Amino acid sequence: MTNLEFTPLVFGISAIAGWLGALTGLGGGVVVTPALTVLLGVDIRYAIGASLVSVIATSSGAAASYIREGFTNIRIGMFLEIATTLGALLGAHLATRAPTSVLSIIFGLVLLHASWQSSRGGPPDVAAEVPDPLATRFKLDGAYPTDQGPRAYHVSHVKSGLGLMFGAGTLSGLLGIGSGALKVIAMDQLMRIPFKVSTTTSNFMIGVTAAASAGIYLHRGYVEPVLAMPVMLGVLAGSTLGARQLAGARVRVLRWIFAIVVAVMAVEMIVSGVRGTT
Amino acid sequence: MTDQRLQSIVSTLLITGVVLSAAVVLIGGVCHLVRHGSEPADYRSFQAVPESYRSLGGVIHAAGSFDYRAVIQLGLLLLIATPVARVALSLVAFTLERDYTYVAITAVVLAVLIYSLMGQR
Repeated sequence: MTNLEFTPLVFGISAIAGWLGALTGLGGGVVVTPALTVLLGVDIRYAIGASLVSVIATSSGAAASYIREGFTNIRIGMFLEIATTLGALLGAHLATRAPTSVLSIIFGLVLLHASWQSSRGGPPDVAAEVPDPLATRFKLDGAYPTDQGPRAYHVSHVKSGLGLMFGAGTLSGLLGIGSGALKVIAMDQLMRIPFKVSTTTSNFMIGVTAAASAGIYLHRGYVEPVLAMPVMLGVLAGSTLGARQLAGARVRVLRWIFAIVVAVMAVEMIVSGVRGTT
Repeated sequence: MTDQRLQSIVSTLLITGVVLSAAVVLIGGVCHLVRHGSEPADYRSFQAVPESYRSLGGVIHAAGSFDYRAVIQLGLLLLIATPVARVALSLVAFTLERDYTYVAITAVVLAVLIYSLMGQR
């Protein structure tokens, strides 16, 4: 295939990945890498480099509008970014040492989780009753806008939240994904932060987390500009479109389609990892 | 600076960074395809990209001599710099607010980002 044929193909695949990622809230990065490796046979290291860059683009673009809506808690984001960026450094260092077959298997497992998450939808909110002393000290408690005016919330389990965020950062650096799903679980389920605040703050943190490992990938020569170009532009275009349609009704059906597609790719990646054909 | 003012500035910074970098990547990409469109695209076996595309200095130098692959890479570097600039801006904002706990937290995050970008191998 020539560059002139390959580039539009990659752009199209990335646009679909970004669109589905935005509609289901799982992010495009997690689908782009398996799509490139499974469908086009791209080496997983090139795919990870390109996907990581696209993750920065989508999260920054989306964060710009979420921040204006007033749901994003910048202090929680900043505080937890200590853990996610350090994790991302570790992940990026591990990625350059781990065999590609291991990367492929880990990626497959993360995809299986994403698939399960997608089929389930968002869990109900559980509010934190008692504030964590650490949350008070670091001024993490906040308020978000509702129709009846601002509603205050507390943050709990700050220490374990930091631990889980370190893990999310490591996975992000290792696989070149945003790790949005894990970040939301840490904030929403563990730290008891309201769902909408969790998702927007997670998105806010993704760009910084990805930038921490992107530097290392760049210096190691994993970011191939000619491949990253259609991936970044495609995911950005697709996710921008998807974010505008978010209110649409057929999200449930899409979630299921997404879950199945992701599960198939997960199995594909695990099998090729085990066989050592990546 | 009020929190709302900070939010508005951060939002503008992020959108500017993304639009600017996407424009540079697109221009570099189109020019590259015009010149090298008929060459084969093969990413099956991994080979680290050449040294000149791996550092800010190398990329700027190559982009200056109309190497369009380096122009794309310059756009990607702008994109990576966007969240870093956001953190740097937060550092200024927390300093103005005299919120020294958050000045320290933000400084740690900024240090990690700079460590990563400054070419640790």
